[in-house]
Amino acid sequence: MKKDLLGIGDLTRDEIYLVLETAEAMREIGQRPIKKVPTLRGKTIVNLFYEPSTRTRTSFEIAEKRLSADTLNVPVAASSVLKGETLADTALNIEAMAPDMIVLRHASSGAGHLLSRICRSRIINAGDGMHEHPTQALLDAFTIREHKGRIDGLKIAIVGDLLHSRVLRSNVLLLSTLGADVWACGPGTLVPPGLERFGVHVSTSVDDTVGDADVIMMLRIQQERMDGAFVPSLREYFNTFGMTAARVARAKPDVIIMHPGPMNRGVEIASDVADGPYSVILEQVANGVAVRMAVLYLLAGEAEAD
Amino acid sequence: MPVVMDADRMARTLARIAHEILERNRGIEELALVGIRTRGVPLAKRLAAGIHEINAAEVPTGALDITLYRDDLMRHAVAAQPLVRRTEIPFSIDDRRILLVDDVLYTGRTIRAALDALIEFGRPKAIQLVVLVDRGHRELPIKADYVGKNLPTSLSQSVHVHLKEIDGHDEVEIRES
Repeated sequence: MKKDLLGIGDLTRDEIYLVLETAEAMREIGQRPIKKVPTLRGKTIVNLFYEPSTRTRTSFEIAEKRLSADTLNVPVAASSVLKGETLADTALNIEAMAPDMIVLRHASSGAGHLLSRICRSRIINAGDGMHEHPTQALLDAFTIREHKGRIDGLKIAIVGDLLHSRVLRSNVLLLSTLGADVWACGPGTLVPPGLERFGVHVSTSVDDTVGDADVIMMLRIQQERMDGAFVPSLREYFNTFGMTAARVARAKPDVIIMHPGPMNRGVEIASDVADGPYSVILEQVANGVAVRMAVLYLLAGEAEAD
Repeated sequence: MPVVMDADRMARTLARIAHEILERNRGIEELALVGIRTRGVPLAKRLAAGIHEINAAEVPTGALDITLYRDDLMRHAVAAQPLVRRTEIPFSIDDRRILLVDDVLYTGRTIRAALDALIEFGRPKAIQLVVLVDRGHRELPIKADYVGKNLPTSLSQSVHVHLKEIDGHDEVEIRES
């Protein structure tokens, strides 16, 4: 493994499988009466979250605690960031207290790369702007593999706000590395240019995209990152791109519906689909802990020399 | 590369241990076998089959992975993390007599880790240790209750246990390293 996990590109195909298989073993720990192993005893992990996050931050913290690491959350909203300290200065100050790993969530793409250059601690990217969210893609792959037994050759339909989505980028890189047939669909204003170059079938027709799909992955409309008129109205968006039971019916009969959360019910996904029998949305959350335990464990070993 | 135990010998040894287990433990319904990954697991299954052959009792069998409890994790200069595999103990160990099974007893560090791992699952009435080979050179105060073969070795030698389920054939050999 490399020193840091900044994006899916830091992992080889074999290392992706190693994470997924290690996560299988980690999941069992969460089913024990005492959900804790002593593996990362004495390691200090700082969770540095510059953007609001419930799922990812909680998931990392539970994973760290189940491995017996000492964890510490920096509440950025109440820290010296408000007094004008830069990310690099904050990171160097934290680094001076010698943590072993820093889990970083930041609104700027490439924030993890900046820390990677100036910190000796291992950096795990927990979402950087519109760039990547590698542990989300790993837990999505874990969930798909659990249901389908494989990823190779599956048709995976990703629908929603493609432009602002770090989940899309990490998933496209990971799923195509593992041999999936990835389709992506969203309004023309929300399709990043050049997406086809990653081997993705880009379409503006939801019906074509979900037709015969093995997996439907919904992406959130990220209103907080939109500073222009990308969609006419949320109601119209739902009518054109929202995942409804009628659209799900076009996919394979054993399709699974995924969503990285938080969901906008009635915008990108209908409530009856989100809570319906094909939905594995809460399984994704459960699997996130096991996958993050695997990543923390594997990164805690010695890094290979660069 | 001298072979110190062939397939026939191994089968007899395991049959003998199965008898010893029954001789020493009255109340077989309290017993459970837990094999340490990798090669303790098929050995535990064979002992369960051996006990079943003798008195038709079903002894529950589990598998324990001790990687996350090792005392040498993250102490090596340059090494990737060892592979973690799944622990499967599909029964409560509370108030049972647990027979912990491994292929080779050497420094005792694996068994130390296994005891830590096992105790997280509950409070067994007793834990007994079964090994196919005891090669000596203990670094911790640990002793086996059932030993297939005591094998005096030097530190420069290594002991290799091959099992049908994993390696395609049954054999124990000593190699000079």
